[in-house]
Amino acid sequence: MSKTYYDPSDLKKFGKISEWNEELGAKFFDYYGKVFEEGHLSAREKSLIALAVAHTIQCPYCIDAYTGDGLQRGITKEEMMEALHVAGAIRGGASLVHGVQMMNKVNKLEM
Amino acid sequence: MATKSLLKRESELANKKRQLEILSNGLFQSGELPKFADKIAETNQFPLKAKKLEILQINVGYMCNQVCSHCHVDAGPDRKEIMTKDTMQQCLDVIKKTGAHTLDLTGGAPEMNPNFRWFVEEASKVGIKDFIVRSNLTIIRANKKYHDLPEFFKTYNVHVVSSMPHWTRGKTDKQRGDGVFDKSIQALKDLNAIGYGMPDSNLRLDLVYNPSGAFLPGDQASLEKDFKKALLEDFNIHFHNLFAITNLPISRFLDYLIASENYEDYMFALVEAYNPSAVANVMCTNTLSVSWDGYLYDCDFNQMLELPVNSKAKHISEYNEDLLEGRKIVISQHCYGCTAGAGSSCQGTVA
Repeated sequence: MSKTYYDPSDLKKFGKISEWNEELGAKFFDYYGKVFEEGHLSAREKSLIALAVAHTIQCPYCIDAYTGDGLQRGITKEEMMEALHVAGAIRGGASLVHGVQMMNKVNKLEM
Repeated sequence: MATKSLLKRESELANKKRQLEILSNGLFQSGELPKFADKIAETNQFPLKAKKLEILQINVGYMCNQVCSHCHVDAGPDRKEIMTKDTMQQCLDVIKKTGAHTLDLTGGAPEMNPNFRWFVEEASKVGIKDFIVRSNLTIIRANKKYHDLPEFFKTYNVHVVSSMPHWTRGKTDKQRGDGVFDKSIQALKDLNAIGYGMPDSNLRLDLVYNPSGAFLPGDQASLEKDFKKALLEDFNIHFHNLFAITNLPISRFLDYLIASENYEDYMFALVEAYNPSAVANVMCTNTLSVSWDGYLYDCDFNQMLELPVNSKAKHISEYNEDLLEGRKIVISQHCYGCTAGAGSSCQGTVA
């Protein structure tokens, strides 16, 4: 067993998850592939969304993958950082918007 | 950013044998990654053989006004290898009798060869279908004596192919040197002004995109769309096609990969992206590369690794299409660069 939870080389082995359940693995990768095709959103826009989500869920494999994917697509580091701030704003906002709940509770309990 | 070639810096990698050792040792020696010969053998494509010649690519010298960090030629102002007029004449003799439809002049900056203009004038008389000059754009703005190059290209109906790693200044200058972006934009405007690259114009202007780092190029069509949109919106610049070319792990790019500790990951990425259907159309099967001193190679990359053609005809003076057709292509692990993803060649993707 590895001494750490994450090993960068495991990313290359992602496809192996199908070995223990071929049917669901195949369905997942088929779905995954379709999701990232050009659609109403461009593949470029989807890559930036994926990068922002990767940071939100703090998945090191996804960060690795979609930073590389962005570079391949010619996405600039400025665009990548802006996408991350969108993720940061939503994450921060998600905490702060609960402040209303706190305020409601305080207002209810305090005389 | 380095301002001298590996050769001038007396780098270990200026030695081609050392580069080939690196490409055969490590991951490939341990069997962690398959050697290119074994990989293409899986689909019965070994040995790779040359088909009928379609493209004659002539490297007229390694001197260049730029020192790009990814350059596979290790070109720069300090390189003195320049094709002589005598060798050019030998090339012209071959151009007259070849069945190739494309003549492709490259370098270095080919315009820096003192006999470049004479060679273009003479070669254009032969009437080859597609006559390419690979111009780095900044040369046009580098010195007054080059300012008229766009007009010169137009006179001889030259197809201009120019490098442009990104539509933003930061990424371009990082790869190609400070100030390259602004000069390139001005040169593109000069070319557009006389009709090059304009929609429906017969004066062909194509751009070459090389990734500015240790990653593979994305989809060529998508990149072309993004380049066109950005260059038009930001600078009102037009061009025809974009060729996405993978950086091969040789010379200065290999030096960069090793220094930045990206070599192993890059080789993994190339092998992982291996596409057997790209093998059938790799450029070495329809191209012949001529070096500044007249020797023949399967491609410009093999030229830089000093891997000569596997044929009795080794020099342009011994040129014989019957002898060269069907020759076995000389390969090593750098060849994975031409078979990754949609494939890569001097004319862009191949699969």
